[in-house]
This record gives sequence, C-alpha cells and structure tokens, in this order.
Amino acid sequence: MADKTPVIELRNVDKSFGPIDVLHEISLKVNEGEVLCLLGDNGAGKSTLIKTLAGVHQPTRGEILLDGQPVRFSRPKQAQEMGIATVHQFGGTFPLMSIGRSFFAGVEPTRGWGPFKVYDRKTANRIAVEAVQNFGITRIDDGDRLVGGLSGGERQSLAIARAVHFGARVLILDEPTAALGVKQAAHVLRIVNEAKRRGLAVIFITHQVMHAMAVGDHFAVLIRGAIAADFRKGEKTREEIADLMAGGESMADLESSIEGYMESHDGHVPPPVH
Amino acid sequence: MTDLFGTFLRKPAAGAILSLVGVIAFFVIFGGVDLGKLAGAASWVNFAANLGIVAIPVGMLMIAGELDISIGAMIPAGSMTTAIVSGHYELPIAVGMICALGLGVIVGTINGVLANRTTVPSLIITLGTLVAMQGVVLAAAKILTGKASVALTAPDWAKFTFGQLIGGSHQVIILWWIALALVLWFVMHATRYGNWIFAMGGDKDSARNAGIPVRQMTVALFILSATAASFTGMCQAILFNSAQVSGGMNIIFNVIVSVVVGGTLLTGGFGSVAGIFFGTLTFAVVNQGIYFTQIDRNWSNLIIGVMLLVAVAMNENFRTLAMTAVRKKKPA
Repeated sequence: MADKTPVIELRNVDKSFGPIDVLHEISLKVNEGEVLCLLGDNGAGKSTLIKTLAGVHQPTRGEILLDGQPVRFSRPKQAQEMGIATVHQFGGTFPLMSIGRSFFAGVEPTRGWGPFKVYDRKTANRIAVEAVQNFGITRIDDGDRLVGGLSGGERQSLAIARAVHFGARVLILDEPTAALGVKQAAHVLRIVNEAKRRGLAVIFITHQVMHAMAVGDHFAVLIRGAIAADFRKGEKTREEIADLMAGGESMADLESSIEGYMESHDGHVPPPVH
Repeated sequence: MTDLFGTFLRKPAAGAILSLVGVIAFFVIFGGVDLGKLAGAASWVNFAANLGIVAIPVGMLMIAGELDISIGAMIPAGSMTTAIVSGHYELPIAVGMICALGLGVIVGTINGVLANRTTVPSLIITLGTLVAMQGVVLAAAKILTGKASVALTAPDWAKFTFGQLIGGSHQVIILWWIALALVLWFVMHATRYGNWIFAMGGDKDSARNAGIPVRQMTVALFILSATAASFTGMCQAILFNSAQVSGGMNIIFNVIVSVVVGGTLLTGGFGSVAGIFFGTLTFAVVNQGIYFTQIDRNWSNLIIGVMLLVAVAMNENFRTLAMTAVRKKKPA
C-alpha cells in the first residue's frame, strides 16, 4: 500500500493571498480507488484547497504531484485535461437544459460536415443516459428530460458520471451531500463508492461526519488552513472527529453546557454568542 | 393528443403562438377585422421585419444571460453612416455599407469586451454605449454635413438587394429577416454553438469550466446584435433615400417586448428563435393591425402592456412546466 505512487499528492503546500495565509503546509496523498475525506468547518480553508487542486489558484509554496510528477496548473482547464474534475454542491449543471445537452456542454457530438455540423441529439442522449445508468441511477432513462426536473441527488450523480465519462482520474466532490435529504445523500454516497470501485482517486469534502465515515478510507481534518489530524478508517470514532472539527472544543462539553442552561432557564436555549 | 399538446406547451414558442392567435381572434371578434385584408397588408410585415432582424440577436444575447440596448442608437448610426459616406461624400455605396456594418462590429466588440472585463451588468454597459453612440451620430452629422437629414442615392443593385419594395408595398428586408431567422434558428438549435449559448445563460461559471469559450461567444453575440441593428439602419437609408438623426428609443422597448413575448426567460438559459420570431409577429400585429380595427389605436399600448405581463407570467409557468411535467408522466 505505502509504496504505491499516489495519483495525486500535495507536498507542503502553502497558499497566501497577499499577507493573509490561508493554507499552511498541506500534505496529502490519495491513491487509486481510495476516498480521502476532507473535513472542516466553514472557513477552514476547504474551498481554497479545492481551488488550488483544480487549478484556479496556484500554490504559493510547495508542490502538487500527479502520478509522482510535479505539475503546475495555470488554468482550471489544464487541471481538467490532466484528469482532475471538480463537482460542486449544486452539480454544476444547467437546470434548463436537457440531460443530453447538459452532459455534453462544451464537447457536443456532431454529425455532418463543414458548416452543417449538426448537434447529434440521439447520440448525446444515449451516451448520457448510459453513463448515468452505469452508475446505478436507473431512473434517468430519457435524455430529453430537463436537468432541472431531476432531484438534487440525481443531479450530483449526473455530474459525477459526466466527470468520469470524460476521463477524470481525480474526482473532487465539494460538499455533494450538503443540500440533500437523507435518502438523496445515500444515493450520492453510493455513487462515490462506485467511483472508488472504478479506481478513481476521490477527494470528498464535507462537514457531515456520518457521510464521511460511510465512504472514506482516509480522513484529514482541516482547521484554520492547516491539517489538524490525519488518520485512516477506524482509527477514530465519530465523536472524536466531530470534536476535532469543532476546533478541539469537545462537543460533549458544549452539549452539557447547553443542557445546563436549558435546565436553569425553563427550557430556553442560550442566546447565541457572537 | 393531450401528450402532443403537452409537448407543445413545453416549447418556449408556445406562449408567442398562443398570443398571436389570441390577438388576431380578439381583433376579428371585437375589432371587426377582415382577415384577408390584414394578411395582405404590408404595414405590419414591414414593421415586424425591421424589428425582427434586431430582436433575434438580442434574444440570443438574453438567452446567454446578457442584454443589449445600444441597438437603439445603432439603427440610426447605421443609416447615418451609410448616408454620410455614400450620400454626402459620394463614395461608392459598398464603402458606405462596409462602414455601417464595420461600426456595428466596433460597437459590438466594445460592448462584449466591457461585459467580459467588468462585473457591470450589460444593461448598464450598453446604456452607456447607447447614449455615447447617440452623441457620436449627432455630433458627426453636424460637423461633417451640417444637416440633421442626409440624402442618399443608391445604385440599382443596392436598391434591389436592400431597399426594394416588393409589389410596391413589401420591403425586401422581410426576406432578409426570414433568412436570418432560418440561419440563426439552425445555429441556435442544431449546432454546438447554440448549446454553448444556452449553457452560458444557465450558469456562466459552469459553462467556462466545461471548456466553452464564454468570452469569445459573448463578444460574438454582441457583435451580431450591434451589426444587425446597423444593417437595419443601412437598409432603411437605402430604401428611403435619406437618413435622419433620430432617437430610436422606442425600438429598444419594442425589441425587448418581442423577445419576452417570444418566451425568452429574462434571466437567461431558456428561449428559442422560433419563439422570438412569433413574438415579433405578435407585437407587429398588435401595433399595426390595430389600424385595421374599429378600436382606437391608442389602445394598442394597453394590449401590449397586458400581453407583456401575461407573457412573463406564462414564461415562468412554462419554465416550471418544462422542468416538472415529464416527471409526472412516470408512475412513481
């Protein structure tokens, strides 16, 4: 396991915006067929880290290695071409476009020649539906359906299937389950497992510990731009992880203090602290 | 049958076609319109063509999530440029035409580049170029010719191609409008470029991430709308043998009403060329067809206002329908 070259690796990556340091010495590795869960509260630097991986930002110091080779992306397009795909919270799809058209946006299949190259609707719809169904979403069977008519989980699945279809090897999922209900989230988690089974390196960003534990092989907790903990599956309990994410402040302490307040104040919750 | 009707209702053009039928029915029932006379009349077709050539590119911009109101200045700018270059300075008409269309390309490029480089909404950017171009046209006409109206005599071939009255009543620009509608329909709905435009209106960032050349497409669309406007102005100058310095503010509203009645979503991402085509026809029938009725023509604006509100409400409704209706078909 340890001597395998990771698909993607970060070595001591720092990112500063002017005088503000956002990421400090981030080192991460993701192997083929492995899910790395990146946990962290809002403002911990998750977004900056994703954007650095996706080529939106360039690291100030440190390096990114792809298959052991140092790489530097100047544009997001470049990262994509090298197989790094990012799927955002809302799927990054177009609600008013059909599934087929949305799936192939930017890389439309055409038939015909010269100025009469016509968008090949049938092929696009067929491939899109096949790709999604291969991921186990059998409810999508009509490529003419509008993306906006799909559920949140189906949209995420469509976006993930799209990324995989276009040759992604590293899949960055930015809070894919944050806006979803329990059933829909389970849907997406199944897709993540399927992507893992197909040998992709998945970086799964979330602040829902339960979701992370359901699919993760490897966990990293980000606090104020630094990795506060780095452990493998089974090494820590759910409570321990939640405590870590809350910045060391024990969740249990917090809970008991709230309960104490409620007891002495007729069941009212304490006023929020700013 | 109901299924067919449901599919029709989900098309962006449905609202426009229904309003067209509704307006004509209204005119026939309450205005005593002779349908044959209305169909044979040139006034509303001419009006629609002059409007429609501009409305389709503006509608495409709206689908892409942008707006261009500088067309209000580009129509007089196109006719003035043609008349000044080929009328006042007596250069060949081809030079005047190239200058008019070239001006459209320049202004369109400015609009597009500003829309790309700044975060200013394109409504404000093109408001700026609208006012600026009005100033340029007025000042240039005064400095160069000293007049507010410039005469132009076009040679026969130009007259035949751009300023002919077919059968003595129908402007040849009608054919240009239909041709443009067909070409842009093809581009919008059958080629990948159309798909890019819809994607841009849906979500610009995702479109860029998907590798769509958003910036280039934006500039191209602004060039198309400004050039279409100056083309319309050029045709008018050749037809009427002169060009006047005029406001052209009305056309902005007329174009936007046509596009919205045509089922285009103001927020972008949804619409169709066929819809805009029928939206323009509807607008023209209300605006010009009212003369064929016993209804006082001042009421036409009321009809247009109501139609616009109904259209916007319907567009929202169609959008929801388009996103959900297909789901219901399937038993859960």
